[in-house]
Amino acid sequence: MSEQYDVAIIGGGPGGYVAAIKASQLGLKPVLIEREHLGGICLNWGCIPTKALLRSAEIFTTIKHAADFGITVENPGFDFEKIIKRSRDVSKKLTSGIGFLMKKHKVTVIEGQASLKDKSTLSVKTADGNQEITAKNIIIATGARARPLPGLEKDGKFIWTYKEALLPDEMPARLCVIGSGAIGVEFANFFNALGSKVTIVEMADRITPAEDEEISAMAEKAFKKAGITIKTGSTISNAAPGKKAIELTIKTGDKEQTETFDRVITAIGIVPNVEDIGLEALGIELDRGFIKTDGHGRTNIAGVYAIGDVTNPPWLAHKASHEGIIAIETIAGHSVPPLDPMSVPGCTYTSPQIASVGLTEREAKQAGHKIKVGRFPFQANGKALALGEPDGMIKTIFDEKTGELLGAHMIGAEVTELIQGYIVARELETTEQELMETIFPHPTLSEMMHESVLAAYDSALHI
Amino acid sequence: MPTPILMPALSPTMEQGTLAKWHVSIGDEVASGDVIAEIETDKATMEVEAVEEGRIGAIYVKEGTAEVAVNSTIAMLLEEGEDESVLEGLSPDGGAPAAKSPASSDEPTAEKQQASPAPAPNGTAPENTAPENRGGSRIFASPLAKRIAAQNNLDLAAIKGTGPNGRIVKKDVESALESGTAQKGSAKQTTDGQAQIGELTRAMPAAAEDGEATPGSAVIRPVSDKEIFATYEEGTYELIPIDNMRRTVADRLTVAKTTIPHFYLTIDCELDHLLAARKRLNDQAPKEGPSAFKLSVNDFIIKAMALALQHVPAANATWSGRGILRHKRSDVAVAVAVEGGLYTPVIRHAELKTLSEISNEMKDLAQRARTKKLSPADYLGGSTSISNLGMMGIKKFDAVINPPHATILAIGSGEKRPIVIGNNIEIRNMMTVTLSCDHRVVDGALGAELLAAFKGFIEDPVTMLV
Repeated sequence: MSEQYDVAIIGGGPGGYVAAIKASQLGLKPVLIEREHLGGICLNWGCIPTKALLRSAEIFTTIKHAADFGITVENPGFDFEKIIKRSRDVSKKLTSGIGFLMKKHKVTVIEGQASLKDKSTLSVKTADGNQEITAKNIIIATGARARPLPGLEKDGKFIWTYKEALLPDEMPARLCVIGSGAIGVEFANFFNALGSKVTIVEMADRITPAEDEEISAMAEKAFKKAGITIKTGSTISNAAPGKKAIELTIKTGDKEQTETFDRVITAIGIVPNVEDIGLEALGIELDRGFIKTDGHGRTNIAGVYAIGDVTNPPWLAHKASHEGIIAIETIAGHSVPPLDPMSVPGCTYTSPQIASVGLTEREAKQAGHKIKVGRFPFQANGKALALGEPDGMIKTIFDEKTGELLGAHMIGAEVTELIQGYIVARELETTEQELMETIFPHPTLSEMMHESVLAAYDSALHI
Repeated sequence: MPTPILMPALSPTMEQGTLAKWHVSIGDEVASGDVIAEIETDKATMEVEAVEEGRIGAIYVKEGTAEVAVNSTIAMLLEEGEDESVLEGLSPDGGAPAAKSPASSDEPTAEKQQASPAPAPNGTAPENTAPENRGGSRIFASPLAKRIAAQNNLDLAAIKGTGPNGRIVKKDVESALESGTAQKGSAKQTTDGQAQIGELTRAMPAAAEDGEATPGSAVIRPVSDKEIFATYEEGTYELIPIDNMRRTVADRLTVAKTTIPHFYLTIDCELDHLLAARKRLNDQAPKEGPSAFKLSVNDFIIKAMALALQHVPAANATWSGRGILRHKRSDVAVAVAVEGGLYTPVIRHAELKTLSEISNEMKDLAQRARTKKLSPADYLGGSTSISNLGMMGIKKFDAVINPPHATILAIGSGEKRPIVIGNNIEIRNMMTVTLSCDHRVVDGALGAELLAAFKGFIEDPVTMLV
């Protein structure tokens, strides 16, 4: 006998569990099916544990530079195992919190593997056998996994994905990171800070290729200064695992160079988890492997929604959560605006941090905008100097005609916490006028946002 | 039971106004007919009278408050024996529903009837007092949406918002732009000045063939406040706040001059016969009593223009998006300068009135204009205006059309000039007048015909008798 739900959500990551809470808040009866652990990649193997690791790296770096601040510290060192354990503890604390949230919001959680029998029936394989669930609506939030690099699939030894990198068996002395998106550069930063000799191999002609070109260039300069070797326009043409290490042949242009690494992290993107959930039987349409949806999460089958990494990019936790909210509101019959990809911010927690929203300068021009661009350097900001963080820049891009904030791009200390100001501004559709008239507190890093806006109209004050 | 005193409507289309002055304060006893407050709109200041006796128990709207919505509670009147305690729990909002109770419902109605003018003559003349986007309820729109709407000359009031709580966002303005709706002037209202001005605006590009109209009003970018304040050093000027009248003049004439294709026709009129007739009439006029009068040259001009419009009916017109209104009467507006601005009260049916009637009516209107006691009924409508700067020694000037009129006549000073008659130079009293025409309605030849008729009446005033 099957129980009837208003909405069944497959996957308990930041998309799925947020959707479940929202459904409950709107008076819908939700069921959440998770095959592994609540919180998904984000809380267990992504956003949160990596931030814990990077915090350790940051503190270690700061202590190494204690003398710059007049503090005497002799022979600073670290306990690698404890750093990893702390990361796992933070993750555990949060995931158990999700369990509590589900109880609080009376969300039924089923541990098991779900697949669609038809557009309103799920068959769920659990430890206690098979179970059938019927729901008026279904949300697929199964997420994604690391895209394997052919010839460099994980081998349980030298080749890591993010998951192995979060549970390292040892500190690699020589590490190669393939791919320079957020995941790649974050791991590169972490291991580099703890003393690994890190090489980043990136196929594109610049690192962090999704970011504004100027930001990429500044990131590359900062990473190189920190000791990371960067090879852009490069691919791996050969891999030869040895006994204790692996030899990689890195091809840059026509030149090939063979180097030995203790470990390799592949971070070249993700593949969606679309297998074994019954998509084919229902005829759910895919786009380049990902489930095709409209701005409200609707698939081509009425009543079946998809959100998060299993759908179109950007593949980010907050985008998944927001899509979950939109899908539930849509199911509840509310009128909500569709997700605006232009308003999805991206954050990278390297040193320096990178944060951005909207169009890059190149994208804005390609889209036909006549633009006004403002830049303001950390070097000219009092708080940045006081913090000992003089490297970085905030860049804002406006449409010349309408004053619309088209994009904002930041690199430097704490910019991941600053970007929200611009996101709010975008959401409220402010123009340069309101931003100029806003009073920013002194002394803060946020003053640079103001100055950057002013600079776009040639009226920056402190430069 | 306390009676709410509501914000009166001074005209049928008035939605809000400024509470200019309170003549009473809390605790004052008032009798029916006592003036309790003054309400100011774009053009008029009206006194609000008490319609019942009682004591002022509460005043909710401070003196000088702008944009007070019509029918909102501005004060509470207590009956005999009541004290302020009965007002507890009543608020301007809470009090407002009480206005619907039979005990108090006649007050706002009475106020309204007392203050509202009769509908504009023949029901066609639009109210020409409301500048755009004023007087309505607040429109919630994002700054970006507002800017894009302004840049594309869209009327936000006609756009449906899809943002939170119906807020108008960029997307809404863009879809309005795409679908071509919400163009100013396509609004449903056709009976108020808002739509009228809008239609002028919309029609502008097609009609901007004559020299004076500035094409492309959508992209008109006056010097920004920022630039202005950057130009002049602080302390070297005094900043005068803009009042309703100034704002109205500024808004209306900006729209007029930028959207109406103006052209100008100038002609000289000989005044000798007119001056002689005036002297004779004034000399034998009763100096006292109800039939007393003293004619001015301007009174003759009003009458001459009224008759000229009857002779050339095609020029007695108003352009509208739905068609040209050809007026049957000659309602002539006359500009009256007052401190800080001007009014244009209308002499209605001027073609039927005698010179003495026109003269006395004009004196009354001018007097009331100077004391800001004109009601909208006094200045709404009309199909032409007369602006006379002759007494200031101005020889000739071009006036800006006062929408929705099609013409305006600018009068220069009457003076002795040597003129050529036959082959002789003679001295005659001459006056130069310039007719500004809305080319959408009045073409060059038609304007010339109107001006010739006017000249004929002025130069031979006896013809005005028939």
